[in-house]
Amino acid sequence: MRVFVPLAVAYLALPALLPPFQMTVLGFALIATMVVYGINLITGRAGITSLGQAAFMGFGAYATAIVSSRLGLSPWLGLLAALLLATAMAAVLGALTVRLKGHYLPLATLAWQVAIFILMGNLDGLPGGRTGLRNLPPIDVLGRELTSSRDFYYLAAGMVLVCGWLLTNLARSRTGRATMALRGDAPAAASFGVDPAAQRLKAFVLAAALAGVGGWLYAHFLRFVNPAPFDLQASIVFLIMGVVGGIATVPGAFVGALLVTGLEDVLRDVLPALFGRGGNYEIIAFGLLLLGILHFAPQGLWPVVARFLPRRRPSLPSGPGLPPTGAGRAGAGPLLEVEGLGKRFGGLEAVSDLSLAIAPGEILGLIGPNGAGKTTTFNLITGFERPTAGAVRFGGVDLTRTRPFDDRRSGIARTFQHPHLLLDATLLDNVLLGTFRRTRAGMLASLFRLDAKEEARARVTGMEALRRVGLADLAFELAGNLPLGNQRRLEIARALAADPSLLLLDEPAAGLRDAEKLELADLIRQLAAEGMTVLLVEHDMDLVMNLVDRVIVMNYGRKLAEGPPAVVQNDPAVVEAYLGKPAEDVHGDAEAELADA
Amino acid sequence: MDQTVFLFLLSDGVISGAIYALIAVSLVLTFNVTRVIAVFVGELAVFAPLTYAVLLTGKVPGTVWLSAAMLVLWAGLERERPRTALPLLGAAGATVGLAYLTASATSPWLLWPAAVLLVLPIGAAAYRVFYQPKLSETVLFLLIQAVGIHFVLQGLGLVFFGPEQLRPPPLLRGTITLLGVPVARQALLVLLFAFLVLALLGWLFNFTVIGKALRASAMNRRGAMLMGIDPFRAGMTAFLLTSLVAGVAGMLVAPITNVAYYSGFSLGIKGFVVAILAGFASYPLVIAGALFMALVESFSAFYASAYREVLVFALILPVLFWRSVATLDLGGDE
Repeated sequence: MRVFVPLAVAYLALPALLPPFQMTVLGFALIATMVVYGINLITGRAGITSLGQAAFMGFGAYATAIVSSRLGLSPWLGLLAALLLATAMAAVLGALTVRLKGHYLPLATLAWQVAIFILMGNLDGLPGGRTGLRNLPPIDVLGRELTSSRDFYYLAAGMVLVCGWLLTNLARSRTGRATMALRGDAPAAASFGVDPAAQRLKAFVLAAALAGVGGWLYAHFLRFVNPAPFDLQASIVFLIMGVVGGIATVPGAFVGALLVTGLEDVLRDVLPALFGRGGNYEIIAFGLLLLGILHFAPQGLWPVVARFLPRRRPSLPSGPGLPPTGAGRAGAGPLLEVEGLGKRFGGLEAVSDLSLAIAPGEILGLIGPNGAGKTTTFNLITGFERPTAGAVRFGGVDLTRTRPFDDRRSGIARTFQHPHLLLDATLLDNVLLGTFRRTRAGMLASLFRLDAKEEARARVTGMEALRRVGLADLAFELAGNLPLGNQRRLEIARALAADPSLLLLDEPAAGLRDAEKLELADLIRQLAAEGMTVLLVEHDMDLVMNLVDRVIVMNYGRKLAEGPPAVVQNDPAVVEAYLGKPAEDVHGDAEAELADA
Repeated sequence: MDQTVFLFLLSDGVISGAIYALIAVSLVLTFNVTRVIAVFVGELAVFAPLTYAVLLTGKVPGTVWLSAAMLVLWAGLERERPRTALPLLGAAGATVGLAYLTASATSPWLLWPAAVLLVLPIGAAAYRVFYQPKLSETVLFLLIQAVGIHFVLQGLGLVFFGPEQLRPPPLLRGTITLLGVPVARQALLVLLFAFLVLALLGWLFNFTVIGKALRASAMNRRGAMLMGIDPFRAGMTAFLLTSLVAGVAGMLVAPITNVAYYSGFSLGIKGFVVAILAGFASYPLVIAGALFMALVESFSAFYASAYREVLVFALILPVLFWRSVATLDLGGDE
């Protein structure tokens, strides 16, 4: 409500305040905003730099041009065609490219941007080649034809506001969090059930849809379509708008679009008058302004503005939490069973013939010297590496070849040795990623806020998880402000939010101070007392020996010893693995060797 | 297609390939050390020959004032440290002095290196002014900065050099005939230079302490700092090297292909594409990628000129897939 009223007033009042010419500039800025919304989604949130958004805008513009100008149908059917063509092309191109790694993905977007642009100019048939298509009909709303830029404004601004609302909803939702998590942290997202490629593809298609709508608006605003406005330069400008406004903020899209569109316009008029002759002065001035903005507001302009706006105090969620999952708790016998597990990297056998079983409610420690294969074992169990031999079963279900985000892994949750958190998100938002598998809302439901009930329950569950690790007071702080010890606890809270029956902790004490280690041990003990099963991979002997029920020692990829801590601690083989052979033994061996020779 | 045409297209492709490789290698170099994708190296590459062409006519090109102004700006940022600032001011003065001295000279052997020297401060000062305060920003941010610099340079290019294409005289005149195809001697010079640069950089990065320090500061800035490597210096070295390579490459290429103020953008983009094909890492792959791109371009220009660029960019996609097959993609992207 607090946001709604000022926005509605601005929406209705603007046309009265601005002269017609400025309304035209505003119209173009609103069109650009739609495309930048897409940038906001894929670049700002999913972390994919796209150099091809103008191409999708072009698809939208051409689709509606062909439908409305060549076929003589209503522009509203053109909107449908624009959406269909843009999303279909995004689905095809996206399916081919979202799995590309690192810099290859931006290059792929650049490649199709250039290829599509040239095709547009060279296909003389339906799209009309370089000259394009003219005489597009205006959009009509309830019988009124939107020919003036003022009438057009009401439609474009309305759509920008609605889409902005949709995107704000999305950002706060399950899908939004999963997409955000991909940006910095695909491994964390995947281990809580997010399929990175599928999530990226969704973001891609939605971004293309937004660009397609932008293209549709553009086509009927100008009522003429040719390839020129959809070239690589245009894509780069959209990216600039996104960065200048604030790449991951919804209002930033409009701020960036308005600023860049307005600047281009003002500079085009003012500079020639100033210098008395034509030239590329506007591009120089534009470049300098861009550099200046980047220098003084590296996060974009909107975050600077937002600092002065009153902030809404986040409310503590209340009500019931998510229902328990019960995953992995059904069967009798061991909860996790690993049988004959092996992993080869080329000639190196990192893990071989490892078997272990964890009973429900047990704390099992997996220890060993550096290079013993602990981390590889952990990765094999969690699905981050594929074993070359053996099997992993959880509650009787075979997980051996399943990927980390497979839903059969529901009931297992893990933490990372180096915390994988979204440092610019709140603790609560970080924890909510843990509820991904326990919630169902899809992208469409999130857009229209049909997920409100589920979301409220998820937030209660998230707060509960924070309370269990003792971080509830900091729920609305940014994760980046936490010291390492609390970041580890936050990781555990996120895992707890998944309601696991098995908790896998990867070197939770690494890098912690002594006091933090003790607190961590207390926390793990408390969780075990509540019935949690824990597998702990750890370096720190003191922590392990005082905490676990049973310990497995690995060395050179094999199981060296297994048993209660007190027994294993005195096992000569273990002592040797950790401390080396006693001096006289080495001496003795050398003598024996000499004798043999 | 007869053999002569084939050989002609081949030689054409190989020469453009050498140019793309030089631009790409500049991009890889700066990216590896600073994470900056310096798309404006294309402008630096065309500024040098354009400056040379203007100097040959006896005039003082605008590049000189730009270089001097950038150096003064840099000196201003170092005002707390007169030991750095004063030499910079001196260099600014020397730049202008050099320009006036050489503009009255006529010997190409004097003007040629002068043109490269006059462009060099632009790259170095851009690093100090725009990048040094922002080194920990995201790759996207640094790229948009580079685009901003590209805009400014391209706009200034029109002001300095006008809209015409220029073709400065080559260092080596005449052609030689290879397998029945005439090849300009200057083109051989380009190939030689490309080969030398790639070999030198390969050696620098793999076998010398400086090269390893440069790479280390790219991989882990904090770690490199703890090891006593100054990341600012590393970045500055990279930018200087890059500007030098781009400037000389432009000087060598311009007599074969014509240059105008706007040629830099397409050079930059193609270098960018080749650099990504090479994974922003491997120098041998830069050569392979550049040759691949230039040959596709050269041959498709012969068969289907309108679709030349479509083919080039469409063919990139299969290469991308080949370059990123298998393995679980769970690593974070930038």
